[in-house]
Amino acid sequence: MIKLTTPISEETARSLKVGDEVLLTGTIVTARDAAHKLMIEERPDFIREHLKDGVIYHCGPVVKKDEAGEYSFVAAGTTTSSREEPYQAAVCEEYSVRAVIGKGGMGPKTAEGLQKVGAVYLHAVGGAGSLIGKMVKKVHTVYKLEEFGTPEAFWVCEVEDFPCVVTMDSHGGSLHKDIAAASQKVANDLMGL
Amino acid sequence: MELKKAMLELMRRATTDLSKDVEDAVKQAYDREGEGTPAKNVFGTIIENIGLAREASTPICQDTGSVIIYVDFPVGDSEKKYREAAEWAAAEATKLQYLRPNAVDPVTCKNSGNNIGTNAPYLHFHQWDKDEVRVRLMLKGGGSENVGAQYKLPDTGLKAGRDLKGVKKVVIDAVQKAQGQGCAPGVIGIGIGGDRVTSFALSKEQFFRKLGEQSTDPDLAALEKELYEDLNKLGIGPMGFGGKTTCLGVYAGKQHRHPATFYVSISYTCWAYRRKQMIIKGSEVTYD
Ligand code: SF4
Repeated sequence: MIKLTTPISEETARSLKVGDEVLLTGTIVTARDAAHKLMIEERPDFIREHLKDGVIYHCGPVVKKDEAGEYSFVAAGTTTSSREEPYQAAVCEEYSVRAVIGKGGMGPKTAEGLQKVGAVYLHAVGGAGSLIGKMVKKVHTVYKLEEFGTPEAFWVCEVEDFPCVVTMDSHGGSLHKDIAAASQKVANDLMGL
Repeated sequence: MELKKAMLELMRRATTDLSKDVEDAVKQAYDREGEGTPAKNVFGTIIENIGLAREASTPICQDTGSVIIYVDFPVGDSEKKYREAAEWAAAEATKLQYLRPNAVDPVTCKNSGNNIGTNAPYLHFHQWDKDEVRVRLMLKGGGSENVGAQYKLPDTGLKAGRDLKGVKKVVIDAVQKAQGQGCAPGVIGIGIGGDRVTSFALSKEQFFRKLGEQSTDPDLAALEKELYEDLNKLGIGPMGFGGKTTCLGVYAGKQHRHPATFYVSISYTCWAYRRKQMIIKGSEVTYD
């Protein structure tokens, strides 16, 4: 198990390989469809400091606001990453992102981006909302909450020992590509193709 | 019994307390995987998460899904009161963080903030002869919904003809294409026949069945069994990490089709397979 702490240097990101299991501690930023679209169309600066050598988390959390107005995460598992495929590589490059956490993996455009920027794709367990929610220790701040709604807002938060597996690395490796190719062979056999 | 409170409790149970048949299937899948594999670790995490959600009464998954409700009610009862109770309960459950606000206007892209909107919650009514009410609730995740698919037989590319062999092929194709995207291992609902609309509806209604419960139609029961075995040979595994369990169950249903059409619809639900029902008899409510 590799301990990873933010900010993550390019060198550290490049040292990670497909199959490595990591425990991530530090600041991460949730971003989904509306956020990625915005980051590409408007390249806003408000999120820059949080993303430099930082981590994007594909997640739309369930959030609680207490009487003092403090936010906390009730459930916060990953959302499907492939929807961000059109944007991800450019976002990583624009903001020097070192890791993207999500589920389901991403396509060739992102794989290329990771190689270029020096970043990795980390896979968390999809659906493990309650468990991951507990690993989010603090919500620092939120952007675009009004405009985008709870699931789509940028939540900047602190995690501790968040378990993930590197499934795409900066060397062109992708577990998703390998599994899909292997299962396609089996599927063709089963279908008699 | 206050209907709206009962409805809220049904939602709380569905989102926090995974049904035993599903939990058992996940535990068996955990036992099947080899020590130290990513697949085993994933199942370990899932099992831990299920226990934690139940204990803390928090959502199993942060995507608490689309709220889908099927009501069977006796003659003379009114639909309105169920709709009102469902809307109240959905809004209340959102406030209590049992549900994430998941109703978005597709034109303005505004989230209603309380899970209420046009056809949200989605309610389906059916009158029956019993003197009790059955309310069945499904919380259907969006990620797994996106990997559902509809095929029109024959399908030349897959060499799938208008028979059960053809049906099998398209289901294998759909699950292969889904990979881990729908939070595998999934449960597969198949609707054979009908038109485009009813075919998908039939495939999704299968999810109200229990895992391990076979179709009463012998041909479909055989299809379910064969597909269950074949799909688990694909090696996609939990989250698409590779492994022995790609699906937890397969259900198939059929309905008559127009002579010119042959649709096969495949609905996919993730392992966070949340559905519960309640029976209301007089002032008694029982949940399952
Ligand atoms: S597919 Fe299911 S388990 Fe995965 S994030 Fe969506 S609702 Fe949760």
